[in-house]
Amino acid sequence: MLKKTVLNAAHRALGARMVDFGGWDMPVNYGSQIEEHHAVRNDCGMFDVSHMCPVDLVGKDVRPFLSRLVANDVAKLQVSGKALYAAMLNDAGGVIDDLIIYFLSETRFRLVVNAGTALKDLDWMQAKVAEWQLDVTITQRRDGNQPLGIIALQGPNARAKVWSVLPQAKAATEGLKPFFAAEVDQYFIASTGYTGEDGYEIMLPADQAEALWNTLHAAGVAPCGLGARDTLRLEAGMNLYGQDMDETVSPLDAGLAWTVALKDDRDFVGKAALLAHGQQKAFLGLILLDKGVLRGHQKVITASGEGEITSGSFSPTLQQSIALARLPLGVAIGDEVEVDIRGKALKAKVVKPVFARNGKAVI
Amino acid sequence: MSNVPANLKYAASHEWMLLNADGTVTVGITDHAQEALGDLVFVELPEVGAHFDAEKEIAVVESVKAAADVYAPIAGTVTEVNQATADAPESVNQEPYSAWLFKLKPDNSADLDAMLDAAAYQGIADAA
Repeated sequence: MLKKTVLNAAHRALGARMVDFGGWDMPVNYGSQIEEHHAVRNDCGMFDVSHMCPVDLVGKDVRPFLSRLVANDVAKLQVSGKALYAAMLNDAGGVIDDLIIYFLSETRFRLVVNAGTALKDLDWMQAKVAEWQLDVTITQRRDGNQPLGIIALQGPNARAKVWSVLPQAKAATEGLKPFFAAEVDQYFIASTGYTGEDGYEIMLPADQAEALWNTLHAAGVAPCGLGARDTLRLEAGMNLYGQDMDETVSPLDAGLAWTVALKDDRDFVGKAALLAHGQQKAFLGLILLDKGVLRGHQKVITASGEGEITSGSFSPTLQQSIALARLPLGVAIGDEVEVDIRGKALKAKVVKPVFARNGKAVI
Repeated sequence: MSNVPANLKYAASHEWMLLNADGTVTVGITDHAQEALGDLVFVELPEVGAHFDAEKEIAVVESVKAAADVYAPIAGTVTEVNQATADAPESVNQEPYSAWLFKLKPDNSADLDAMLDAAAYQGIADAA
């Protein structure tokens, strides 16, 4: 039995093609995935991401708890509303999940974790609270009491669209810099996203999500499925948990070194393993020079040895196939490599793993 | 509800076939198949002159989402490929029964008779 978000009926009413996404019955597109992709790069699109799990952490020890729990340093969170992207590691330094931490007050933080990993994340966090004997109460806000829905509006016109339907939110959100959140009445509005575009992610009581979705649709916002979400995040060079990294992969080998704060005395789970092993692989982008489509798990042949594509697709913005790949150290931006696609060696160029943001190609 | 023209023959693997006056068979993928795949961005066609047994992988169509094999619905030799489809993969989404992929000279023209008719294929497409 697939799980359904509170917007399931709304997706079906819009004629969405539904797929099993990690046990969730989710829209992959509402017609053309490529048109949905362009809507976000050029105008505004909205995604139902209510399958992701908000987790509230309350108590006097939340900050010291998070300081030990994740590889990024919550000491960077000093202004209320500030958000931080972080990886939660196991003792071997592998990534249990990647998540966003919102700092609300010294006794209240909110996390948003991935859909498929939420239950193991909650178990892990509960175990750590007990082990470290801290005053932290963990409440997940996806199921059970007081569930939240999440609608992500992304694109150059996303902010204006939100203010047109939620005028009461304008004053509190128009000054939001990227990676901040504001609470307005029942809405939690964050300038975060997964597309490389400006926009807001809006959390609200689940029973109000469908009304907001329909209002946004009536205001001309294009509903977008998980298909477009994947090509948008790939163009933006953002990792997908389970594809680009998992519990067997170090964040240093997944292009996430910028989220790992290693240069001070703070201890965190997995730190010793990261220090012992260091970086073993280069995580870079590929652009296919021949015709075809790069896909996850294809083998990459380089002068320094073999590597593997972790995520690949066709880029609607570049009109070429692009990929993220884990390659041997020694491979450099600008190198030409070969990708084994169905037994043929096709040429690809190694690039910085960011392909398009803010409506434009950046390659 | 996908479009299933009555004048064509079908394979359960979602290829359509049209018998031409010269005895060759034109092959493409069905409306149901293109809709399931989503926006096509790449088509890999076979070599003219190559021979394929029935149900062997003969071509590849890739959407943004995934790659899918196209199977030779009947045994035969490739006589022609549609480069226009390879140059504009989206034409398969727009006109699945015009944007053909390749033509086969069947080893045995009677093989076509054993393929699904429109009503039988509609049943498979609706159940999928």
